[in-house]
This record gives sequence, C-alpha cells and structure tokens, in this order.
Amino acid sequence: MASSPGKQPAQPELESIVRGNRRSDLVMAGIGMIVLLVAMALLAAVFIDLAVKGWPRLINPDFYINFPSRHPEQAGILSAAVGTTLVMLVTALVAIPLGVAAGVYLEEYAARSWITDVIEINVSNLAGVPSIIYGLLALGLFVHAFGLGETILTAGLVLALLILPVIIVATREAIRSIPLELREAAYGLGADKWQTVRLYVLPAARPGILTGAIVGLARAIGEAAPVITIGALTFIAFLPPPPVQAQPPFINFEWLSSPFTVMPIQLFNWVSRPQAEFHINAAATGVVLMVMTLGMNGLAIYIRYRLRRDAR
Amino acid sequence: MLKRASAVSAFAVLAAISAPMIHAADLVKVDGSSTVFPITEAMAEEFQKTEKGKTQVTVGISGTGGGFKKFCRGETDISDASRPIKESEVKLCKENGIEYIELPVALDALTVVINPKNDWVDRLSVEELKKMWEPAAQDKITNWNQIRPGFPDRPLKLFGPGTDSGTYDYFVEAVIEGKSTRGDFTASEDDNVLVQGVASDVNALGFFGLAYYDENQGKLKAAPISWKGGKAVSPSVENAKNASYQPLSRPIFIYVNKKTADEKAYVRRFVEFYLDNRNSQKLVKEVGYVPLPEKAYDMAMNNFKKRQTGTVFHGSEVGIGIEELLARAPK
Repeated sequence: MASSPGKQPAQPELESIVRGNRRSDLVMAGIGMIVLLVAMALLAAVFIDLAVKGWPRLINPDFYINFPSRHPEQAGILSAAVGTTLVMLVTALVAIPLGVAAGVYLEEYAARSWITDVIEINVSNLAGVPSIIYGLLALGLFVHAFGLGETILTAGLVLALLILPVIIVATREAIRSIPLELREAAYGLGADKWQTVRLYVLPAARPGILTGAIVGLARAIGEAAPVITIGALTFIAFLPPPPVQAQPPFINFEWLSSPFTVMPIQLFNWVSRPQAEFHINAAATGVVLMVMTLGMNGLAIYIRYRLRRDAR
Repeated sequence: MLKRASAVSAFAVLAAISAPMIHAADLVKVDGSSTVFPITEAMAEEFQKTEKGKTQVTVGISGTGGGFKKFCRGETDISDASRPIKESEVKLCKENGIEYIELPVALDALTVVINPKNDWVDRLSVEELKKMWEPAAQDKITNWNQIRPGFPDRPLKLFGPGTDSGTYDYFVEAVIEGKSTRGDFTASEDDNVLVQGVASDVNALGFFGLAYYDENQGKLKAAPISWKGGKAVSPSVENAKNASYQPLSRPIFIYVNKKTADEKAYVRRFVEFYLDNRNSQKLVKEVGYVPLPEKAYDMAMNNFKKRQTGTVFHGSEVGIGIEELLARAPK
C-alpha cells in the first residue's frame, strides 16, 4: 500500500514483498475461515442436537396448539408462543420509534457539548448492562411505582429498554454512513433540516436501522431473566384477549394488561423437571425459539437486500 | 412507516394507561416455590377443566421467598411454599394486614443419593451426614475414610441444591441444626445437573427431592438414613407417608389469603378442590410427590373451613408427624 516517494526498491525486492504480503493475506483468510467454521459448527451442533431430541414433539401439531400440562406428551407451547409474540409487538412498537428518534437527535441535532458526550457514553454502557438489572428496574418502576402490574405491557417495556441502546447505536451508524453530498444536495434545493432528515437521510439509512432493530428484537426474544423478575407466570392455560375484534372499535388494548408467559420461561421450567419426557418438550421449544431468532435475522438480511436494491 | 409506527405506539401506551386493569374471567393467582409448582400446576389444570373456563388459574415460580413477598403485599391469592413461613415474612404480612391460612398439601422425602458403583455405603446416619456437610468440615473432611472407619480411601465429592432453595434450607435444619452447610460443594439450582453429577462420579454424594431420584433410579442409588440410633429407612412414598423416614421427610404448603377466600367463591372452590382427597391423593402422586394420609387432608380442609389463620411453626422444627402439626393451634 504505502508508496515510498523517492527511492524505488529494486525489482526482485519488490516481488518478494508482494509474495510475502500475499502469503500473510492467505494465512489471515484461512484463520478467519476456521473461526467462522467453528462458530457455525457449534451453532449447527446445538441446533441438530435439540432438533433430534425434540423431534417427536416438533412433528406433533398438538405441541403448537396445547396449553402447558402435567402430562408431558399433552403439554404445548401455545400460551408461551402467543405471549412471546405479543410482548415482542409491544417491544418493537416502543423501542423502534424511541431508538430511531434518539439516534437521529444525537447524530443530527445535538450540539457537541459535555452533556452529549455523557449521554453517548451512557448509551454505549447501557448496551452492556446485564439484563437482570433491567428486570429489577422495571419491577420497581413499572410494576410498583406506575402500577402497571405483571402484564404484557410491562414485559414489552422492559425488553424495549433492554434493546434501546442497540437500536440507537445502529441508527447512528446508519445515519453516519450517508454521504455528505446527499445532505448538501437537499440543502441546495432549499430543504430545511427536518425535511432533509425525513426525506433523504432516514430513507437512505433504513437498511441499517432495520437491521439494528431486528438484531435487537432477536436478542429480546430469548431473554428470560428480566421477564421472570417482573413476574411472568409459568402455568397459564388461557390466552390474552385478542387485539382485534369483530365489533367496533375493532381493536382493543385489554391484552396489554393480561398476565402472560414467554417461551424462554416455559423452556426453563421444562428443563428443570425431573421427568425425562419434559426434557423432550424443552428441546422442541428450544428449536422453535432458535427458528424464530434465525427467521428474524433472515428477515433483516432480506429487508436490507431489498432496500439496497431499491435504492439503486 | 416509522411515523405510523410511532403514532400507533403512542396510542397504545395511552390506551393501556387509561384501560381498566381488570379481567372479565375469574382469576386465581398463585405464585411461589418451584418445588410446589408441579402439584399446583396439576391442580390448576384439572380445576380449570371442572370449572369449564369460568375460572382461570395462573401459577408463577418466584421461589418460596419471592412468593411470600408478593403474597404479603396482597398481590396473590395463594402462595406455594416448600418451607413454613419465616418470622420476617409473618411480620411483613402483619404490617399489610394480610391474614393467611397455612395448609400442608404434600410430603417430599429429601433423598441422599450415591453412585450405583458405590459399594461401601449401605446406610448413613444423620450424624455421618452432619460430619460431611457441616461448615467445620470445609477443607478438612475430604475423604470417604474420614466419615466411617472401613470406608475406602477415596475423595468425597459433594453435590447439593443452591442456597436459595427451600430444599437446602430444610436439609440444613434437619441435619446440621445450624445456619448453613460447608461452602465447598458443587451447587446447582437445577436438580438435573446434580443427578448428572452424582451419576457420573463413583465418589459422589448428593441430595434432592424424591421425584428426581424416582425418575433416575437406573443412574443413582438412594442411601437409607438412620436417625438418633434408630434403624436405617429407605426414602419412599410409603416410608414418608407413615412418617418412618425421618428427619428428611418434609411437608410442603400452600398459604391462602383469608380475605380473598372469604370474598371470592372461586378461590374457595380452588382450595377445596386442592384438599379434596379424591383429587389430592391421585394428582400429588402423579407428579412425583408423596400425598398426605387421607385423614390429614380432611384435617387441613377442616382448618380451611374454620379459616384458622396463622402458622403452627415456631422456629426450626423437624421430624414432626403431619397429623400432629395439623392438630396444633397456631400461635
């Protein structure tokens, strides 16, 4: 890379440098490949192990439409799957707008001062706080101080807090990667700051933002600790009221205040039961959870691909 | 898209805050010990069937201590407990004006297990267990031959439940008669980890609830226990029920909020379903625990109908027959 001005090295010397660099490139690529393969193999091993163990339940449709039960072969994940879905809905609706807004503010509007520096350091640190701490915060704040109770709303809010830093950081990275020319062109046409952000910067940053959001949600879906702390249940054999209904006003929000359980808790409970049949259920639940996570990551990749293509 | 999402979420939050936080169906809220959970789960499952959807039951596993915290704030109707209520919890309930009815619902036999290849242990006395587990044994008692002359020269590997569990608390009370055990043993909150540990090490010894031994009889051996010079008794449903397996049989409980039992007929129906011999004898056994003698459930039902509040336990007590406990007047 570095071209030394002045004295040009002799031809054979140059060739040996190039050869040496090629070799180290190859070695690095090899190391990278091995690390990647090890990581993939570990994931595959876990997945295959769970899938083989959980197979008898995975192929049984009852597993997906039954409530938990003391009979392992009749127990299902319905209440846990619905609980997880609704909690994720709340989390997404709260965390994405808040996180994107915070990211936009920090990147576009905030004046450089020590206060913004402190906020920035805090946001990065928050991403590393153990999830149980969020659970304790939510227990004190949402459950007791605000009186929201041990509900889907509380769980959605605590998981939203948990992934907020991820979304803020992703939004900022995405915005930062927008070329300056785009902004300057918008200003040149007479757009004000908000118009520039709304019409040019955000649409261009969308792939990065969505990736961040979905990676955050994929983390939230597997969390058990904060949800147990705020009082998610383990046995619940009924579903929350549906969010949509036939009579006006067609949507209702009663489900937000409903008790619930989520898949990681159901899994944890089955793993710790003495009967080996419950361990089959746990393995099957693990597979479903992994498929959901991988599915969300796949969706992120697809959206990014689509939006990149559209942007061209 | 983002704008729409934020509008919806703002609306959702507003609606949620203004929405009344009540539910249409009758709801019995139970929380507490994970040891009692399988029993309450079975009861809830069957009770919901007989109620045909009119009443719903939810069961959490916050642990015995966590469950009492909620119960004494009036957040739950029933608390599952794998040990009697503690002095500090009695105080908390009193401060909040919560009166409770203490009801034993089953027995659990703490089982001391060894590896099946262990051919030197035919029985163990409580004194020998104490020698192994007491705090003074830490770093000193590390070999089987220190426990009894005649035991082989082999390292002693101990496995037990985590210090937060009611099982651990009871073992400490029954065997050590102190506050804690030694600290240098392999602890896990997941009893299946303990099963694996003991099953894969000839020199291991561990303890946990009878259900985990029952399900793993091929991989483990249970040590018969002798107490106060008596003869050694094996842990089993029968020996726990007839009170001969002592001092490691323990009652497990539910605590019912007296006020909700008075006010809510469906809470009352659930507790009566729970204590009814027709349900309890069958369901408790099905999930791997030891049912109380029939007479004991009748006595518990009687205590519930009389709304006898308070606890009959005074500090640490082990090895008392269940019927004797039920006949006691609470303080």
